[in-house]
Amino acid sequence: MKITVDGTTSELEPRPGQCLRTLLRENARFGVKKGCDSGDCGACTVLVDGAPVHACLYPAARAADREVTTATGLGTPEELHPVQQRFVDAAGFQCGFCTAGMVVTAAALDAEQRADLDEHLKGNLCRCTGYRAVRDAVHGVPAGLSDSGGTGERVGAPAARRVVTGTEPYTLDTVVPGLLHLAVLGSPHAHARITAVDVTAAEALDGVVAVLTHRDAPDVLFSTGRHEDRLDDPDDTRVLDDVLRFHGQRVAAVVAEDRGTAEEALRRIVVEYEVLPAVLDPEQALRPGAPLVHGDKDAATSRIADPRRNLVAELHGGVGDVDAALAAAHVVVEGTWRTQRVSHVALETHAAIGWLDDDGRLVVRTSTQVPFLVRDELARILGLAPERVRVFAARVGGGFGGKQELLVEDLVGLAVLRTGRPVQFELTRTEELTVVPVRHPMRVSVRLGADAEGTLTALAVDVLSDAGAYGNHSPGVMFHGCHESIALYRCANKRVDARAVYTNTVPSGAFRGYGLGQVIFPLESALDDLARELGIDPFELRRRNVVVPGDPFVVTSDPEHGGVDDGLRYGSYGLDQCLDLVQEALGRDALPAPPGPQWRTGTGMAAAMIATTPPRGHYADATASLEPDGTWLLSVGTAEFGNGTTTVHTQIAVGALGTTADRIRLRQADTDVTGHDTGAFGSAGVVVAGKALLVACDRLARHVRRLAADLTGTPLAEAVLERGGVRCGDRLVDLVDVHAEALRRDGCAPAADGREDAARRSVAFTVHGFRVAVDTATGEVRLLRSVQAVDAGVVMNPVQLRGQVEGGVAQAVGSTLFEEVRTDADGRVTTPSLREYHVPRIGDLVDTEVLYADTVDAIGPLGAKSMSEAPYNPVAPALANAVRDATGVRVRDLPLSADRLWRALQPPRADA
Amino acid sequence: MDLPGVEAFVAVHDRAALAAAHDGDPATAVLAGGTWLFSTPQPQLRRLVDLTTLGWEPFTVSAAGLRLAGTCPVSAVADVPARPGWAAHPLLRQCVRALLASFKVRSVATVGGNVCLALPAGSMTSLTAALDATAELWSADGSVRHLAVEDLVLGDRRTALRPGEVLRAITIPDAALRARTAFRRTSLSRLGRSASLVVGRRDPGGGAVLTVTAATERPVVLRYPAVPAPAAAAADVAQRVEATCGWFDDVHGAPDWRRATTLRSVAEVCGELA
Repeated sequence: MKITVDGTTSELEPRPGQCLRTLLRENARFGVKKGCDSGDCGACTVLVDGAPVHACLYPAARAADREVTTATGLGTPEELHPVQQRFVDAAGFQCGFCTAGMVVTAAALDAEQRADLDEHLKGNLCRCTGYRAVRDAVHGVPAGLSDSGGTGERVGAPAARRVVTGTEPYTLDTVVPGLLHLAVLGSPHAHARITAVDVTAAEALDGVVAVLTHRDAPDVLFSTGRHEDRLDDPDDTRVLDDVLRFHGQRVAAVVAEDRGTAEEALRRIVVEYEVLPAVLDPEQALRPGAPLVHGDKDAATSRIADPRRNLVAELHGGVGDVDAALAAAHVVVEGTWRTQRVSHVALETHAAIGWLDDDGRLVVRTSTQVPFLVRDELARILGLAPERVRVFAARVGGGFGGKQELLVEDLVGLAVLRTGRPVQFELTRTEELTVVPVRHPMRVSVRLGADAEGTLTALAVDVLSDAGAYGNHSPGVMFHGCHESIALYRCANKRVDARAVYTNTVPSGAFRGYGLGQVIFPLESALDDLARELGIDPFELRRRNVVVPGDPFVVTSDPEHGGVDDGLRYGSYGLDQCLDLVQEALGRDALPAPPGPQWRTGTGMAAAMIATTPPRGHYADATASLEPDGTWLLSVGTAEFGNGTTTVHTQIAVGALGTTADRIRLRQADTDVTGHDTGAFGSAGVVVAGKALLVACDRLARHVRRLAADLTGTPLAEAVLERGGVRCGDRLVDLVDVHAEALRRDGCAPAADGREDAARRSVAFTVHGFRVAVDTATGEVRLLRSVQAVDAGVVMNPVQLRGQVEGGVAQAVGSTLFEEVRTDADGRVTTPSLREYHVPRIGDLVDTEVLYADTVDAIGPLGAKSMSEAPYNPVAPALANAVRDATGVRVRDLPLSADRLWRALQPPRADA
Repeated sequence: MDLPGVEAFVAVHDRAALAAAHDGDPATAVLAGGTWLFSTPQPQLRRLVDLTTLGWEPFTVSAAGLRLAGTCPVSAVADVPARPGWAAHPLLRQCVRALLASFKVRSVATVGGNVCLALPAGSMTSLTAALDATAELWSADGSVRHLAVEDLVLGDRRTALRPGEVLRAITIPDAALRARTAFRRTSLSRLGRSASLVVGRRDPGGGAVLTVTAATERPVVLRYPAVPAPAAAAADVAQRVEATCGWFDDVHGAPDWRRATTLRSVAEVCGELA
């Protein structure tokens, strides 16, 4: 058929069941993204004869003789479409994976439609921004950005013009000749053993290149969760296992010439299962006689606390005497809260392409936050030396912790080694929502005691964390969840009991906040109840009890009395300011409540603390060098997934090297470009890698100034870096000449390394406040006002920081009001698409006012602290406290969905 | 998404070709907008029969009422011009907007597709069932039968369509379009999937009709000689639903909550029309 795409007409023959999205992408039109493949996210929006459609739902054959326009056809990086320009000017994206579709949709709206974006952008999901910046972009409200600047300035993302035109390549936006496709057969049982598997019919299918089962998998136990120290996570996972421990777990994989053939072949694999008793509930999993999820494992070898009790990890300890303190307390508050399974829903699904390079080295291009950690573990799994594996990431379409896992690279590596050919494995959205690790669901019981003045005398938590079928991240999430949440409060008597347990359900993993959100929600809710009992303002209760500089960080031990020093310090302290800022701001500018007697209004707040980097070692190497043409080359390990590290790293270099962004090239997220980088998790992208880069740039600057000073006979102190040269008195030495001088004198280009080990870590603070209205007849919650104050130290980029906070709040509002990966009585997920799993749409949110504490951190680079996870953590309790204030009812389970809240508001029934 | 099992894409241009291509084989599906078909794996399908090449006029307005072709895009329903006296006209747009799907999906999705998919939240079912509409069904043998939409949608993803049958058109009678209507919709999120959709109708002759969809797996229609008192109507609806199909239960809302919000909407609708 004849089709015109972005002005070019060609003859293409679509397959009968093909959709327009894949036809376009197969022909290298990568401005069309896949976020869901089911018409729910809008990332694949294109214009067909001028009308916007979701290309994933549009039969390709129907595009015959039509004109298709993608984001790439609307404008080019050099010559942007006016709407694209507005998205650049408003910083209307973070990871940018949704942006191409967002731009195409926005470009098709008329004035009337633009006036009702809640309705007309509801089919375009953005997981990063919280939509305020998108709204500004559509309405042409600029953010006052410059193209270049040092730290503290309002600088736009270097990739902006490519992102808005769909030309910035993400993981799968590359043409690889001879590419094979991999698809996976999922387990139909929550717990079963494969007794027989016959792949004959699958292998016989035309186009099938290989079928992989547990017989083909290396006999190596590993964890999908990745940390600097691989011993942090239990070794309980195989690439393909003969025991299946949750619905959807990999049974077999097919590698074929195309994805459709691979899927067809999966249906021809004959598997016999011995169905095993399953345990789906963490309480039951701990009971004697419960089915054992990893009963076959050795505790010491796999580093599982007790596989005979389904216990992944546990923590028991405290200071003082909680029971005595509770007995003596003026007021005691207690309760049990539950949080649900939440999916990250990064718009780009997990995906990787692997191949062998000319040296026979395995190369994997993957959507990851941790390329170095993936490289190391992949080499271990496949029995290769680490130098025989290269892992890199292009721009990543969102992470939120979900890509601190090794979820696709192992199968890709295995398939590449098996076939010798390039192999792609792209997860579907349904796989993302049914088999990819979720946020750990937790049941948390809290007991608080206080004296009459509101001084905390007892603080106890009992945490039961559902690890799901594999232990990835479960120890870390449990320890971290119980750490800064509890250390935030000064209290003589503390007790923590925490257990993470296996169940035959979808595994839990790393999620923004890393356990803190699940513990802060009950703790801050209980504090709200305590304030109410005492008749004290909730802000005031925090002021009386939060730690201040000089106080130790105490959870189960006091570091000053025999506890371990984990390097945590008050690099700066702005919690007092955050409390004041939110309290002031919450009293003004709220939207009016909807009319009607059924609406009740209320306010709520909560506070959170988080370490600025993870404990137990977080390392980054960075290199800066001067190029022959007088430009600068920076090499860092950090991946860009909307975290904005590329922007901030460039700003750091601009400041340190006295140059402008156009003279800087940043290579990143590639095991070939720098020594090591633990990765962008635990909010470490700016404070660890950024610090390493600052060291490298400062060293390089000094070296280059020295070269120029020597060339001109100028004292070093008078040699100053400028854009393009070094000012030495009244002479400007061109950087090209400096480079030549270095080659002549040293035999190599000027270069310097930096390294950061995060041995000392700071703490960041966030305080959130909400005003809400609740419809007591339907349970609907309307947000009337949302305010967050953050202590991020010195603000490196105010536009970007605001976006991070807004996005974190939006994701947390989703976790609080809407989102839940639900399962049925057999453990099967019943929310397999974005139609069932509701992430916030543009009309579900209210703008959040973001306020900044004024502090300078003594530990982070240039006084900065991290602010990626922190904004998420106080939102759920602040919102729940506002609903409590409005209704008088405390709902202790999330999500606070309308139906659940409505039920809680009903008077108790006489027959109940 | 791609439907890799599909081996043939058959565009038909007349009824004979349609009958030949769509013979009731479960591996064959008729394709209108395709917005649902392409949204989920269809491993059982081998052939798609494209109805849009039949060239059906999307809608026709006449003294008899409004005739919507099976292939009429959902968004076009909101653009149907009103005839004088069509007090129910705002309901067209309200029901178009009631869909979770974006305006980009609604411009491709069709009335026939929405009704024949038979999702409880299908708001073209809500619209047409509430307005006494009749479906014209084409059989593969060349015959035609007519069925009230209320009787066409039998349950969640279940219809009275026979193998090989195609929904040609739905006709809303002029009399129903002259009624005053009241509309209430509830969802777990503001513009989300309908969990309860109640349409009340007050005919020029004084008769009243209450139609509940989304909260029930099939349309529940109650007819009255006059607008009933709110409390009585709510009690009637509860009694009828609980005696027949029950309250629908899925991830878009718990049944007890659907019941409560529906009965509240019923009472409000009666109050508005009284």
